[in-house]
Amino acid sequence: MDFRLNEEQQMLQDTVARLVRGEYSFEKRLEYSESELGFSEDFWKQLGELGLTAVPFPEELGGFGGSGVEVQSVMTELGRGLCIEPYLQSVVLGGGLIAQAGNDQHKEQWLGGIASGETRAAVGLQEPQSFYDLNDVETRAEKSGDNYVLNGRKAVVIGGHCADVLVVSARTSGDSRDADGISLFLVPADAEGLERRTYPTIDGAKGCDLFLNNVTVGADALLGEEGQGAGVIEYQAGRAIAALCGEAVGVMEVACDLTLEYLKQRKQFGVPIGRFQVLQHRMVDMMSELEQARSMAILAASVADEPQSDERRRILAAAKNVIGRSGQFISEQGIQSHGGIGMTWEYNFAHYAKRLIMINHQLGDDDFHLERYATLLQAS
Amino acid sequence: MNMNYTAEELAFRDEVRAFLDEKLPADIAAKVKGFRRLSKEDHQRWQKILSEQGWYATHWPEQYGGVKWTPVQKHIWDEESCRYGVPRSIPFGVNMVAPVIIKFGTEEQKQTYLPRILSGEDWWCQGYSEPGAGSDLASLKTRAVRDGDHYIVNGQKTWTTLGQHANMIFCLVRTNTEVKAQEGISFLLIDMNTPGITVRPIITLDGEHEVNEVFFEDVKVPVENLVGEEDKGWTYAKFLLTYERTGLAGIGLSKAALQHLKELASRRLKNGKPLIEDTAFSQRIAQVEIDLMAAAISNLRIIASVEGGGVPGAESSMLKVRGTEIRQSINDLARRAIGPYAIPFVEEELDLDYDGDYLSDENAAPLAAQYFNNRKLSIFGGSNEIQKNIVSKMILGL
Repeated sequence: MDFRLNEEQQMLQDTVARLVRGEYSFEKRLEYSESELGFSEDFWKQLGELGLTAVPFPEELGGFGGSGVEVQSVMTELGRGLCIEPYLQSVVLGGGLIAQAGNDQHKEQWLGGIASGETRAAVGLQEPQSFYDLNDVETRAEKSGDNYVLNGRKAVVIGGHCADVLVVSARTSGDSRDADGISLFLVPADAEGLERRTYPTIDGAKGCDLFLNNVTVGADALLGEEGQGAGVIEYQAGRAIAALCGEAVGVMEVACDLTLEYLKQRKQFGVPIGRFQVLQHRMVDMMSELEQARSMAILAASVADEPQSDERRRILAAAKNVIGRSGQFISEQGIQSHGGIGMTWEYNFAHYAKRLIMINHQLGDDDFHLERYATLLQAS
Repeated sequence: MNMNYTAEELAFRDEVRAFLDEKLPADIAAKVKGFRRLSKEDHQRWQKILSEQGWYATHWPEQYGGVKWTPVQKHIWDEESCRYGVPRSIPFGVNMVAPVIIKFGTEEQKQTYLPRILSGEDWWCQGYSEPGAGSDLASLKTRAVRDGDHYIVNGQKTWTTLGQHANMIFCLVRTNTEVKAQEGISFLLIDMNTPGITVRPIITLDGEHEVNEVFFEDVKVPVENLVGEEDKGWTYAKFLLTYERTGLAGIGLSKAALQHLKELASRRLKNGKPLIEDTAFSQRIAQVEIDLMAAAISNLRIIASVEGGGVPGAESSMLKVRGTEIRQSINDLARRAIGPYAIPFVEEELDLDYDGDYLSDENAAPLAAQYFNNRKLSIFGGSNEIQKNIVSKMILGL
């Protein structure tokens, strides 16, 4: 058994690490975050030029043929830099949905651009009432001649404000929370009737809600079989969870490093505060949480691209549950260990803390995945 | 044992309710209940109403314009005002510096400052913490050197809450470097308009400007602004901290926040049903409500124990720890209740007069920000670690 990255995977991770170190100082990140685009166009281009946006795609589509492990290596370094580019949304989720469900024409039209970074995708899978259940879809797609007419609203579409193409779920049949009857559609950003309400996110990125008012798309916009989208969505959400675990580990690593450094240099009562046992034990607990999260991230990566099974479902639910809890623990206890300084905008720790909490709000929080795991629990 | 209010106390509660029904401005209450931003003007408007009622200075003797409330009456006021959405009182003048001036100040200081606190003419802030002196407050370095009729003050204070609104600051300064740290500290009253004072905002992780750094560069402070004796400031500071610590448990605020959470969870959906009907989530709410119930009784026990006079001891430190943990749990649940909508930060929806469509719930916008902001509860007013040190030393003798 060997849990280390192989040489190629290590080189990949080092490449991302070098790029992030060079381009993503804390000050620059704040600038990117406050820009109209909400991230660095230049950094995004470099991700493309270095082949990093192509990592998960098959070689025949210009990709690198990477699996969950490679994607996670990229995400960990993006997490360490607190990068706000829509890699998860465009490459992992958008690209993943098209690669899995799309026909040759879809792949040809979109995947090359997504893999090179020239095209950006985003996904609208949640709705105002859906909470974290991606089968809770009320947006309707009605057949009208050769076309589909889409009506409804998709919630919290991170990166949706600047995407060229949106992959949205809509119901072609069935009731609100049925798994059957959900279809996936490719909607170009400039489609008539598509409105966006754009907002900053509390962790420094940008997103939007999508309002679909009689958005008409051709039959060729249907991605995969009509009514059979739920399984595709579930599978790709699983890949995205594995990727998010990688990001979370990167964020937690830096959060722990910063806290440990602070305990060593901050002096009160004449000694570094790291000399106080209560803070020592808390730091140990934070590191233990990080290691639990790291273990689950590795496990999640190992099943991310395996065929769907209850075992895969269980592992991904467990992983998201663990990183949700570890992330909140490290976020809260890290702030507490820093005291007031851990709550200031000017110091980077707070931004890591915020990202960790918000990772728990993406693709289901720890409660949601605990419940999901419980429903998949094996009696023996 | 008798856990009921007396007839007089019940009558007082009715009086409080009648007053709040009639006088609490609806726009201010709506802001407080919806966790919206309050302006300086909002605070001043409400303070004026309280002052007119004679209910502003509840820690002061009547001769200075205070109202003589028993600990139970103060508790009733706290409960009712949280329930109604009364703005948090800005404590630095009325509840912090005033009791020190009343107990240790000169007659002239009393005549000068107390009426101005009552009228709202002065807005006070607190100059205690420094970059190098947080939990270890006695190591503070801001220096005051006597020069004729003045002290010359140099140094820096930090975490100065609402210092941007203040025209007065009370400061702990070092007047003697030859003695033990606690024995060389003095308590000075400083006009913020004195040349040499600079206030610099500290923006917190939720993007709010609530706290500040205050810099002192050769600031001339008249010697008559010294409270009590030179080098005895630590005694006064400790006296003041006992006032600060009571009430930090925030039981009334937690009750109000819990009510807000239940209403929110009744509106938000999960699996097509109100979130409050979800087994797991309702059990989470139930757990925090149970913990709050216990803390509320602990709070009453402390109040009853000081009913005859005096201030609570180290047991209020235990309550501060528990109370702040409970409030943070409620904030955590409120953030969880809005699910994916915790991620957007729609700042314009924080303003009460926002008249656009709300992105999700009308009260969603402040929730994630408030969760982050209230991480401060376990840090300020003596961090929860320091509170536990106090308990282990004062009660357990460890």
